[in-house]
Amino acid sequence: MAISTHEPVGVGHPGGMPPGGAAVRRRSAWLGQHMGTAALAAVIGYTIGHYVGNSFANGYENVAANGQNDVSNVLALTFAVVGWLLGSGALNYPIAKLVGREPAPEIEEKGVGRFFRYSLDHKVVAMQYVIAVLLFLFTGGLLAMAVRTELLSPTTHYFGPGTYIALVSEHGTMMMMMATSVITGPIAGWLLPLMIGSRRMAFPRVEAFSLWTFIAGYMVILTALPYGGFPTGWTGYAPLQTQASGGMDSYLVGFIVVGSGMIAAGFNIAVTIINYRAPGMTWSRLPIFVWSLLAVASLLALATPTLATGCLFGILDRTAQTSFFVDEHGGSSFLWENLFWFFGHPEVYIMALPGFGIVGEILPVFTRKPLFGYRVGAAGMLGVALLSFFVWQHHLFQSGINPDMRPLFMLTTELISIPTGFIYLTAMGTLWKSKIRFEVPMLFALALYFNFLLGGISGVYLSDVPVNVTVHGSFFVMAHFHYTIMGGLIFAFFGGLYFWLPKMTGKVMNKKLSLIHFWMMFIFFNATFFPLFIVGLLGQPRRVFEYAQRLQGLNDFSTISAYLLASSFIVFTINFAWSIFIDPKPAPSNPWDSLGLEWQVPTPVPFNNFERIPLILADPYHYGEPTHTPVADLGVPAMALAGGGGGGGGVSGGPVAGAPIVDGEGGASDV
Amino acid sequence: MPVQDAGVRTSGAEPRHGRRIVVMWAIASAIVDPLFYLLAGPHMPPGDMTSSAAGAQFDFNVLTMAALPVIIGVCIYGAYTLFTWRASRGGPDPVMTPTSRSNIRIQTAWIGTTTVVVLSAFVFGTVELVVPAGAGGAEGPQPIWTPTSKTVLPVQVIGQQWKFTYRYPTYGGFETDKLVIPDNTTIAFHVTSLDVIHDFWAYQLGVKADANPGTDNVAFTTTRALGKVTVRCDELCGIWHGAMYNYGEVVPKAQFQQWATSTEASLVAATKLLPPFAWSYTPSANGAGGSYYPDNVDAFSKTEVYGAGAVSAKAAAQKSS
Repeated sequence: MAISTHEPVGVGHPGGMPPGGAAVRRRSAWLGQHMGTAALAAVIGYTIGHYVGNSFANGYENVAANGQNDVSNVLALTFAVVGWLLGSGALNYPIAKLVGREPAPEIEEKGVGRFFRYSLDHKVVAMQYVIAVLLFLFTGGLLAMAVRTELLSPTTHYFGPGTYIALVSEHGTMMMMMATSVITGPIAGWLLPLMIGSRRMAFPRVEAFSLWTFIAGYMVILTALPYGGFPTGWTGYAPLQTQASGGMDSYLVGFIVVGSGMIAAGFNIAVTIINYRAPGMTWSRLPIFVWSLLAVASLLALATPTLATGCLFGILDRTAQTSFFVDEHGGSSFLWENLFWFFGHPEVYIMALPGFGIVGEILPVFTRKPLFGYRVGAAGMLGVALLSFFVWQHHLFQSGINPDMRPLFMLTTELISIPTGFIYLTAMGTLWKSKIRFEVPMLFALALYFNFLLGGISGVYLSDVPVNVTVHGSFFVMAHFHYTIMGGLIFAFFGGLYFWLPKMTGKVMNKKLSLIHFWMMFIFFNATFFPLFIVGLLGQPRRVFEYAQRLQGLNDFSTISAYLLASSFIVFTINFAWSIFIDPKPAPSNPWDSLGLEWQVPTPVPFNNFERIPLILADPYHYGEPTHTPVADLGVPAMALAGGGGGGGGVSGGPVAGAPIVDGEGGASDV
Repeated sequence: MPVQDAGVRTSGAEPRHGRRIVVMWAIASAIVDPLFYLLAGPHMPPGDMTSSAAGAQFDFNVLTMAALPVIIGVCIYGAYTLFTWRASRGGPDPVMTPTSRSNIRIQTAWIGTTTVVVLSAFVFGTVELVVPAGAGGAEGPQPIWTPTSKTVLPVQVIGQQWKFTYRYPTYGGFETDKLVIPDNTTIAFHVTSLDVIHDFWAYQLGVKADANPGTDNVAFTTTRALGKVTVRCDELCGIWHGAMYNYGEVVPKAQFQQWATSTEASLVAATKLLPPFAWSYTPSANGAGGSYYPDNVDAFSKTEVYGAGAVSAKAAAQKSS
């Protein structure tokens, strides 16, 4: 594939306008659109939607049955989200284009105000994402503390069963929503363009849209609590879903809102990776993190629409009295199970894969060795992504659906361990005869491999149908996916934060506090969740507020560990606030001596990332080669490349040298 | 693997790291695996009160015997490398060797080994699922893997918010809230729901099947020992999900016969008020707690049998009619 080395016209800058190009009217920042106007518009939208819904749907049967009007709930939440997007300025550009006007150009902002705006700079969006994700994570974490508190005693109840089930459901749903974007939002949003030598994401507005819908989703799912919560857990099984009261509407609308952001992010990431790689960034030089993002993008784009469709059916069942999931009227509760898990299983790899990508980046830097089996690792990620579409019925082994297909789904599920094993092969090969520095990001990466080992192997028990009879739906499952998602993804997220925050913020995190955070998190994570494997095997189902007396010891051990696990995040928050805001110390531009392209740009990273689009000369894993080629030529003007071939063997594989500038692929556009 | 100097420790000859790791792994696995099987294995859940529970316990132990060496191997490898090649900052990077980036022999061996392990797990799991007639798991309305026993006691499990009840169609279809089943008998649990999805989990029996509204979900097991049984709902079904449990018992055959006939007689008036027995019921359109009425697809037949006898029994029934 030939890559055009033209300076792209009009697309090289966030927002599509050159900095300082057109003269623009400058207004006070408070008069413009920002998070405050967005919140105001959301409140207005909510009120209008609520009024409209109540005005025409006041006499519905289900309203009389549960005392709430689902139509007005759904309309209120939908209007609130639209208001949020209107108020934030997300829709200015499409609306202007729609009515045939030229949209007002966006201005590059310097101040703190840009972090409260609909920014088109991927670095600003990513920092907004960091805060949003942490807010999401810590809210969900508080709910988890409440859940564990209730489980301190099998007989004494701190919450009623209704409150308890609302807390469990809210915790699960919030964490799942958060986990879809915890890496693709903040870390990938910041790094992807820098890693592939681009100045921006392919669609800056779409990236910002993903962020603002993510925040809207946070608020929508929070409204479930004042509506009385929903009793279905994050899986939302019908007919319980159809029967549930108003909080269910927040779940259904919330997943559609977050889902639209996920679909948009998926296409944006895929298009960016395919089309915005710098000259010389061939597929075999792509950082392993970018490969994981490509796999994740395909899952986001292809799996999430199923969820949105399912939620739409659910909303229609609850408001327009359709019967997609109502058995006695021709629907089927199995339909929701299928739609949900057809999304739900790829979803768990949406969470797992970016974590693998991050540790794949961290390991070579702190072992001073190239990533072992790079191609195998990349193939493993794509293999996991592909297989994840063929395993969803392993969640339904005991549901009675397609019982004769269980061996097939057992096979596909167990096959996933093969590409997952590739990830371990790359890690173990990289550690061999290396030179290991136990910096904080490395500790998080190593912890991921340990946690995911237990999480992955417990998954094999779940995939084995005869053993699944015992462990399905028990705390064993719950411990299993906390080991993979929290032990994998969240450890990778914090590892990634510690690794890249010096570049993202230009400030160093306090090492002592970071180490305290790591060790507390690692020890108490295992102390919290390992006993739950045993609790599950001994017969405790998930999501119960009462359990057998003999399991109290293990449950209490887990709860106390959970409190200490939560306090590790307090250490992180103090560390973050202290090191970034209160007592910042400037970070060197490449503190870990990494060869990654993102570390070769100055700190703070310039508005346009690269003065010139870099020419990539080698992959970023040439550790241990005293005379290796630099990873990229950052100084050569892109236009000057057409004549020269560059130096060394690094370029010979590149498609750029001497190639004419082509706008498409080999004249494929004659049609 | 050829021994190469990694440039980290230069004093003395480089030890054969690979061989050391393999030896440590082999010794640890050889100790831990038999220890687990002999000491912990017989006590692993869910016990051996029924054929399916014993099967699940055996499968669990086999999987653990396979998993322990994998966990031990990765952990020993990790600990060994981290301990051997740890370094403080500064100093030269390890010199790259031809095998630093990839090693086709190791990669092929790794992929080959994992593939063999995974396919063995699949074959083992399938045999253990099909041969013992679904291994106590849910088999849907038309089970294809059925017990060979010619006499099967059908027990209907009805889930509703928030309790389980049991109907015994061969004893007039009476309904109780205590699960009583005879020893040394093959039981067919017909699990259904009157409202939302529940899950019938009889822990000690090694049986689990979702209770879906309007659907008959069948699971088989054969009792082997007497004892108490805990039944819990294992699918989130609303606010009192955590309190949805009751108990059962496996009793000697004669005692069961006596219990069933006397209960049938004592409940005969109540049974008349129940809807006629059916494999599934249509829930009230009003949702939970409503009455239910039959959606009778197939009238229950007392001669219903599974397995080898099924075809001949059906043929005989047709002939006589």
